[in-house]
Parts: sequence; C-alpha cells; structure tokens
Amino acid sequence: MIYLELFWSFFQVGLFSIGGGYAAMPLIQTQVVDQHAWLTLNEFIDVITISQMTPGPIGINSATFVGIKIAGIGGALVATLGCVLPSCIIVLTLAHFYFKYQNLTAVRGILNGLRPAIIAMIASAGLSILLSASFAGGVLPASLADVSWIGILLFLAAFFILKKWKLNPVWVMIGCGIIGMFLYRFFGIPGR
Amino acid sequence: MKKNPKLYLKLFTSTFYLSAFTFGGGYVIVPLMKKKFADDLHWIEEKEMIDLAAIAQSAPGPIAVNAAILVGYRIAGVLGALTTIIGTVLPPFVILAVISLFYQAFATNLWVAALLQGMQSGVAAVIADVVFSMAGGVIKEKKWLPVLIMIGVFVANYFFGVNVILLILICGVIGAISSYYESKSRKERGA
Repeated sequence: MIYLELFWSFFQVGLFSIGGGYAAMPLIQTQVVDQHAWLTLNEFIDVITISQMTPGPIGINSATFVGIKIAGIGGALVATLGCVLPSCIIVLTLAHFYFKYQNLTAVRGILNGLRPAIIAMIASAGLSILLSASFAGGVLPASLADVSWIGILLFLAAFFILKKWKLNPVWVMIGCGIIGMFLYRFFGIPGR
Repeated sequence: MKKNPKLYLKLFTSTFYLSAFTFGGGYVIVPLMKKKFADDLHWIEEKEMIDLAAIAQSAPGPIAVNAAILVGYRIAGVLGALTTIIGTVLPPFVILAVISLFYQAFATNLWVAALLQGMQSGVAAVIADVVFSMAGGVIKEKKWLPVLIMIGVFVANYFFGVNVILLILICGVIGAISSYYESKSRKERGA
C-alpha cells in the first residue's frame, strides 16, 4: 500500500504548507525523512537544492522525486496528486466565499497567527540543513575531525554575500557548489 | 467568453509556459500571471487578479498551483481549473522525473557528491537570509504575541520534535482568537 502512503503523506504536505515556498520544507522533512525514512537527510537537502535551481514549487518537486524513488512513475503521480488535491478543494471553496462575500477577515486572522510559526519552522528546517553542511552526520560534533571547516566558511561567505549585495540565490548556490566541489575533492568530505 | 477547445489550449499553453520558465517559486509566478492574464490577454481585471493572488497566498498548498486553479476556474470553470493545474504541474513533474533518474546514477560520483555538499552551505545561507529578514519583519512590528509564537514554535519543533501539523493547528487557533479580540476592542474603542 505504498501508493496510499505516498498519497496521504503528500496530501498532508499540501494541506498544511501555508505561505508558499519554504513553508513546505519542514512538512516534507517531517513526512519524508523523519516519519517514513524515504529519503536520508542528505538526499532531502539535495532535493531542496535541486528545487531551488529548477522551476516549480518545492512541494511538487519533492513529490515527484520521492514518488519515483519509492514507487516509480506511478508513485510520482499519486504523490503529486496528493500534494495538489487539498489546494483544489480549499482554493475553490475560498474563491466561492470570496466571490459571495468579498471578505477574508477570518482567514487573515488565522494567517496572522501562522506567519511567525511558519518562520520558526523554516528556521528549524534550515538549522538542520546548516548542521548537515557544517558537521559530519549533521549533529553537533564530538571531535574537531567532524567539523567541516569548508562548509562553515562557504556558509559564512554565502550569507555575507546575500546580505551585502543581494545576489540572486541561484548564483550563490552554484558558486558554493563549484568552490565546494574542488575544496571537498582536495580535502575530503568529513564523515564520508 | 466562448468556451471552445482553443480557449483551453491557450489556458494550457499559457500556464505551462509560465510554470516552465518561472524560477523562484510562488511569489514570482503571481505577478507574471497578472501580466499574462490581466495585461496581455485581458481575461481578468487587474483588481480582481490582485484579490485572486491574495487568496492563492492565504490558502494552503503551492502558491503557483493555487493561482493557476483560481485563474482557470475564473475563466473557464472547473474544466478550466483542471487545464491550468495540469499546465502548471507538468513542467516541474517532467523536469524532476528526469533529474531523479540521473540523480540515482550520479549521486555516488565523488565530484557530484562534493558539488552537492558545497551547495548545502549555499542553501543553508539562502534559508538563513530568508529567515532573518522575515523574523526581522515580525520583530519590527513590536507585538509580543507573534514574537512569542516564533520563539515557542522554534523551541517546540527543533528541541522537542513537536509535530509541525499540530503546531500549525495550534497557532492558527491562537491567530483566529487574537484577531477576534483585536477587532472587538477596536470596535469598542471606535464606537
């Protein structure tokens, strides 16, 4: 019943990712890495990386990727369908009420409470990506050998560049990738 | 508007094109949709498009998909919505399907692994940048409740592993209650 599990997991991702873009990230991580172990943390971060560089929502991207990996093209189809279905139902209902009453105050109130929560959850998912990029195994290191100095330096440089010059994130990631590729090939990836 | 096959084809190609060439997610695709459907094709009025964008952003799910559903439904009913959903979902679906085939073969390559490891730092920096600017916006409002929610949810989620769905439900209820009392006290003061 892998199809049903894929559908249900991504249905929850679609249903609870409010605020677009990064908001889906912690939900996908919960479903795909923590609950079902369909992807390792590293594979999950790779999917996020790929999503940043290709068109399309993170939710659809990861539904397709995970679905194919777990159950082939059929899996990708049910996972994507699961991700989109809540949108169809809720958006059409909201649109109906909007055209009828032209008023979305209640929805705005709920959103006001959700916004800080979603920022916090993005921060939480982002922190696990940062740890994975900076330390072997993605946990705080027991010894200095597990610290990826290359990863930490790349992160600090990229963060500085983003803040200072507001460079397009895609270029920052490609830059980190290319510099990292040579440094890691030369010095090795800690823990691997 | 006459609902002929040509209309559906135009809906499909428009959303397919927008979805295939929009990098940067939902916040980027909505203004592009406005340009296409309001300014170029004149199928939707500009003011209405802004409201549709607000609905797309407040509903759960990917913003691009939500916006596509609304535009398709507005122009050609349920069948129109179905057309625009397929048009929007197909490009990322095909691209990711192809990539995932390559990924399985290439991720074991040492150069690719090193490249992806380097990119992790870049992704972490991009997310950190987004989080800091969004959190800064919340703190600048100088209201204690949103700041408290932000800290509480982070601690609950990161350190105690509390389920994200549960956190979303709780904070949605808190937001609804607090906005209810806010509008009530505003009315009393205004009256």
